[in-house]
Amino acid sequence: MATATRYIGRPLKRKEDPRLIQGLAHYVDDLRLPEMHYVAFVRSPHAHARIRSIDTTRAQTAPGVLAVLTGQDLDKAMGVIPCAAQLPEMKLALRPPLAKERVLFVGEPVALVVAADRYTARDAAELVEVEYEPLTPVVDPEKALAKGAPVLHPQYSDNVAYRWELEGGDVKAAFAKADKVIRQRMVNQRLIPVAMEPRAVVADYQPGENQLTVWSSTQIPHLLRTQIAAVLGVPEYVVHVIAPEVGGGFGSKLNVYAEEVLVAHLAMRLGKPMKWTESRRENFQATIHGRDQIATMELAVRRDGTILGLRCRILADLGAYYQLLTPLIPTLTGLMICGCYKIPAVRVEITGVFTNKMATDAYRGAGRPEATYFIERAMDLVAAELKKDPAEIRRKNFPQPKEFPYATPTGLIYDSANYQKSLDAALKKSNYRKLRAQQAKLRRQGRYLGIGLSTYVEICAMGPSSAMPAGGWESATVRVEPTGKVNVLTGASPHGQGQETSFAQIAADLLGLEPDDIRVVHGDTAVVPYGIGTFGSRATAVGGTAVYTALTKVRDKLAAIAGHILQEDPKRLVFRDRKIFLKSNPAKSLAFAEAVSAAYVAKTLPPGMEPGLEATHFFEPSNFTFPFGAHVAVVEVDAETGEVHLLRYVAVDDCGRVINPLLVDGQVHGGIVQSLGQAFLEEAVYDENGQLLTGELTDYAIPRAWDVPRLETARTVTPSPVNPLGVKGVGEAGTIGATPALINAVVDALAPFGVRHLDMPARRERIWQLIRRARQAGSRPTARRAGAGRDRRVR
Amino acid sequence: MGVVIQVRVNGKTRQHEVEPRLLFVHYLRDVLGLTGTHIGCETSLCGACTVLLNGKAVKSCTLLAVQADGAEVVTIEGLAALGGNGGLHPVQEGFWEKHGLQCGYCTPGMILAAVELLQANPKPKEEEIRRALAGNLCRCTGYQHIVDAVQFAAKKMAAGKR
Amino acid sequence: MIPAAFEYHAPKSLEEALRLLNRHGSEAKLLAGGHSLLPLMKLRLAAPRCVIDLGRIHALRYIREENGRIAIGALTTHTEVLESPLLRTKCPLLPQTAWEIGDVQVRNRGTIGGSLAHADPAADYPAAVLALDAEIVAASADGTRTLRAAEFFVDMLTTALLPGEILTEVRVPVLPPGTGTAYRKLHQPASGFAIVGAAARLTLGSGGKVERVAVGLTGVAPKAYRAAAVEKALTGKKASEKLLAEAARHAVPQDVELLSDLHASAEYRKAMAVVFTRRALEDALARAQSKKR
Ligand SMILES: Cc1cc2nc3c(=O)[nH]c(=O)nc-3n(C[C@H](O)[C@H](O)[C@H](O)COP(=O)(O)OP(=O)(O)OC[C@H]3O[C@@H](n4cnc5c(N)ncnc54)[C@H](O)[C@@H]3O)c2cc1C
Ligand code: FES
Ligand code: FES
Repeated sequence: MATATRYIGRPLKRKEDPRLIQGLAHYVDDLRLPEMHYVAFVRSPHAHARIRSIDTTRAQTAPGVLAVLTGQDLDKAMGVIPCAAQLPEMKLALRPPLAKERVLFVGEPVALVVAADRYTARDAAELVEVEYEPLTPVVDPEKALAKGAPVLHPQYSDNVAYRWELEGGDVKAAFAKADKVIRQRMVNQRLIPVAMEPRAVVADYQPGENQLTVWSSTQIPHLLRTQIAAVLGVPEYVVHVIAPEVGGGFGSKLNVYAEEVLVAHLAMRLGKPMKWTESRRENFQATIHGRDQIATMELAVRRDGTILGLRCRILADLGAYYQLLTPLIPTLTGLMICGCYKIPAVRVEITGVFTNKMATDAYRGAGRPEATYFIERAMDLVAAELKKDPAEIRRKNFPQPKEFPYATPTGLIYDSANYQKSLDAALKKSNYRKLRAQQAKLRRQGRYLGIGLSTYVEICAMGPSSAMPAGGWESATVRVEPTGKVNVLTGASPHGQGQETSFAQIAADLLGLEPDDIRVVHGDTAVVPYGIGTFGSRATAVGGTAVYTALTKVRDKLAAIAGHILQEDPKRLVFRDRKIFLKSNPAKSLAFAEAVSAAYVAKTLPPGMEPGLEATHFFEPSNFTFPFGAHVAVVEVDAETGEVHLLRYVAVDDCGRVINPLLVDGQVHGGIVQSLGQAFLEEAVYDENGQLLTGELTDYAIPRAWDVPRLETARTVTPSPVNPLGVKGVGEAGTIGATPALINAVVDALAPFGVRHLDMPARRERIWQLIRRARQAGSRPTARRAGAGRDRRVR
Repeated sequence: MGVVIQVRVNGKTRQHEVEPRLLFVHYLRDVLGLTGTHIGCETSLCGACTVLLNGKAVKSCTLLAVQADGAEVVTIEGLAALGGNGGLHPVQEGFWEKHGLQCGYCTPGMILAAVELLQANPKPKEEEIRRALAGNLCRCTGYQHIVDAVQFAAKKMAAGKR
Repeated sequence: MIPAAFEYHAPKSLEEALRLLNRHGSEAKLLAGGHSLLPLMKLRLAAPRCVIDLGRIHALRYIREENGRIAIGALTTHTEVLESPLLRTKCPLLPQTAWEIGDVQVRNRGTIGGSLAHADPAADYPAAVLALDAEIVAASADGTRTLRAAEFFVDMLTTALLPGEILTEVRVPVLPPGTGTAYRKLHQPASGFAIVGAAARLTLGSGGKVERVAVGLTGVAPKAYRAAAVEKALTGKKASEKLLAEAARHAVPQDVELLSDLHASAEYRKAMAVVFTRRALEDALARAQSKKR
């Protein structure tokens, strides 16, 4: 049975768009139920304090207020916020949904108010009086480790959450053999995910049916359902979770939050539908943060540029408590620390530490952007030290295409790649040689062009269950209706990635239908089979494969039915144009709908065949997939102001087979621009008292349209052998590959000033300082201003 | 103490007694049930709440419902009618055609900001588009397809006028 | 994201507004475009008991030429300033400045009166009105008075307006031939406000000499100020790139208290004040020269 690819690979317009562009889609806050009440939280203004007392009387008696609850009121009713990650000898730091005796970060909820409308709830929250006894906060992760530092969790003797080590190859020997050891401390700063839709939860409990329905802006409806049931102590069948339209996640909605559990609890406890919508300030304070690692990288190199060994020590700031995957994320950095290079000996030591801040967790890329940043910066340092071109140093250390599958000393098996090819393509597309010539010329004029490279590999399609905290498979059900229309139910829960379209493309090709014949359903635990969710660039590679396999099951059955009716060998039938026909004689055919109808009417089925037409598949991937690519960034630094202007950005990505190039481009663009945010603009800044200074969008800058030039993208295609579709995943590629390219470009621009490293974000003031210092030290070029007067700026 | 306001929203006159502090975005969403207009911040920065107020793009989260008394308002739900061809507005078409959205949360505001731009400047250059959308944040798309969408709409509208 | 409750008034005339303001005194807040006040109220950093909405006073929304000056009503939006053909030809510094304020949506609502009355140290207009020697008209129950821009800004978020006064009009000069103006700004990356904003106005006399020059700086200090030392270093001299660069070095006088925050230290602000002053002067000079020709 041949499958014609009439839709796979085509830039089909998205099926989800009509509702979104007309304002007809429903996000959680758009829902309204009769008698719905609104929840507002009272949150800690202190980073570290003991709660002396909470007086709720004034709030309780305010008109329109239904209830005011504190941690004490919840006591027995509820468990703690779950963490699915387990590491050896890891200390537990689990958070009660409402703080009881102590608060450990600014924004931690201490009480909640339920009222008839949002405005009343907000007013009443102001009337709750909490008396705190402030304690000394621990903000700096390095100081948190110091002797005598205040301890966050009094049941332990220090703030170390865990230590994790990984060693492969003979590291000692590698460093002993080295001609040079390149060493650098690097900070991968704390970021705030800023999905444009803040979190929101609506919950409704029907006692007659004993059914609790929770609508949440989440990436993982099924896992959330399991966890809500566990925390509330009710059977899982009581809970029904729906993720309606979700306005972006980037990992920040890959979690189980106190507010989700509490709102669900309130609906049961108070017998009214409840709604809570996060404000942006709450989102900044109390939705997970990302990154926040300090690494010391050491590379043992030979004079010719061969990397012999790598040592990396990472201090990971986990925040005050664990969220769903908090402790796990830095270990992904460890696993991916070799990047796309053949490094025979590796040692990674990670220390996770508690501080009085919001938890870090999986933010787009989750551990891999950090790894890529560390290794890609280090490669540039090697190039600078050995006075070699950064492209050559990289090329020298790539494994050859024929070496795949390639086993890394960190224990991974890279599925397939051709790093040379993507690097060549990126150099060609950017006209690298000419750029270097232009750079030299401009430097003579006192203008500072910088060219930055990054060649990355990332780990996607999370993942084999053996390597995941709670299942790495994905499910799909294909249900063909008697009329011949198809429902594809996926356990993945897309929220912007476009699987309603790409899965329909796969289904249309496999069944010989049009995308309009297919409807992709997701996000509702009562409708779709148990699934894991959308994160880790897994929706297509894992979820799509489940869909593909379920489709082949349906198709096989249909072929058997059609073969029986047509009296032909099912293997010789083709599905196309809504027909099933004999390949050698297309006139001998049956309408698709007829064959389907036969499955339900059940009069002409082959003997012994079950009626109906539905198949489910749980796909368990045998490995991760490893997309890769090469990026080139070109910046100009204004030496007078320190401003960085991004002039060009070239990205060549390889995400395996492409189902819909439009969607892939969109993912790449979005990822690169988020990366640009990390490289140039974003940083969650807490002051020494643990106050979040970047507490609103007025102080935390994310990229705007005018910060970005037209991105120049291209692809190489190396299919993954791990799944039948050959896809690898692309959800995080941009975020992983771009940050180091951008910073490498800035450092390259500043090379004439003797700069070899610069921590992110590359703030203009920091750059200005570096330039000024170099000039004061003398002997450095004095520049005329560069780039003055340009309209576009990366500020 | 309520204040009675009358607003023409998407061609329909609406009259309600509202609390003076009611934000216009909440009036649209909670009172009129027009939930296509979104809220993404409280600091007037994200633009998700953008609507047309007397033809001008404004952030409806930074407008009191009482300030809109007497105004003519277009939200995403009413935009198609402005397109004048019974179908989608060309800007909506552009967003669909060019994949100008992913999660769609910023999209209604983005579209309305683009509509105002094209009214004032029917043939904007890329830089002008990027500048005109400075008040609208998108975390998903990286903006490139949004720029393409606006250019698509500009062409389409120019062709329609000829 | 929800303001505290308040009592609301929407007077239709200035007289009525003044009466209301008198009646409610310090418990009242005037509301113009709301783009400074409403964000504060939403975060509950401001919670006035009474709000007097000036938005219905259409008589305060105009741009017209009167007695050799251009009069701008307090309720004129930033967009109206930006698009005004009258200002663009006769006093382009204001449109140039308005172009750098916020974004389209902000400019569509925010008003010149509100911006000046709010006196945000990082607002853009203050630099321009200083450089233009603008006059600011304030009305009260007792009549009107005219203030010079230089005396209007008192301190951070504080102006010379008295309780009971409403800012009604801003008057700027029709710029003489041979004048070039420019506004150059370093944006705060998140909010878009000015880290440094430099407004320059420069008139060339005979022989390429600087006949008259004015520079207003915002963002640098708790209040916007005129860079008098820069002006002095230029006046009467033959304009050259070198002269401008030297003069710009005086952009921040000794006695100025420098702002410092997360986005820019005092030291950086000071250095950028010099850079942006020079750039604004260069642009203004280029424009003055092209007009001369
Ligand atoms: C997202 C965003 C970005 C912005 N970016 C910038 C920027 O880059 N540069 C910049 O300069 N500004 C910026 N602003 C501020 C904007 O320009 C405001 O509109 C302006 O500062 C205030 O004008 P308003 O008409 O909105 O005043 P309102 O907010 O209504 O009032 C401000 C204050 O002035 C008082 N007031 C108003 N009118 C009068 C009057 N006629 N007489 C006496 N008192 C009065 C009010 O009582 C209030 O205290 C931004 C605002 C936002 C929301
Ligand atoms: S919600 Fe209005 S600008 Fe963000
Ligand atoms: S499409 Fe998601 S924020 Fe723009």
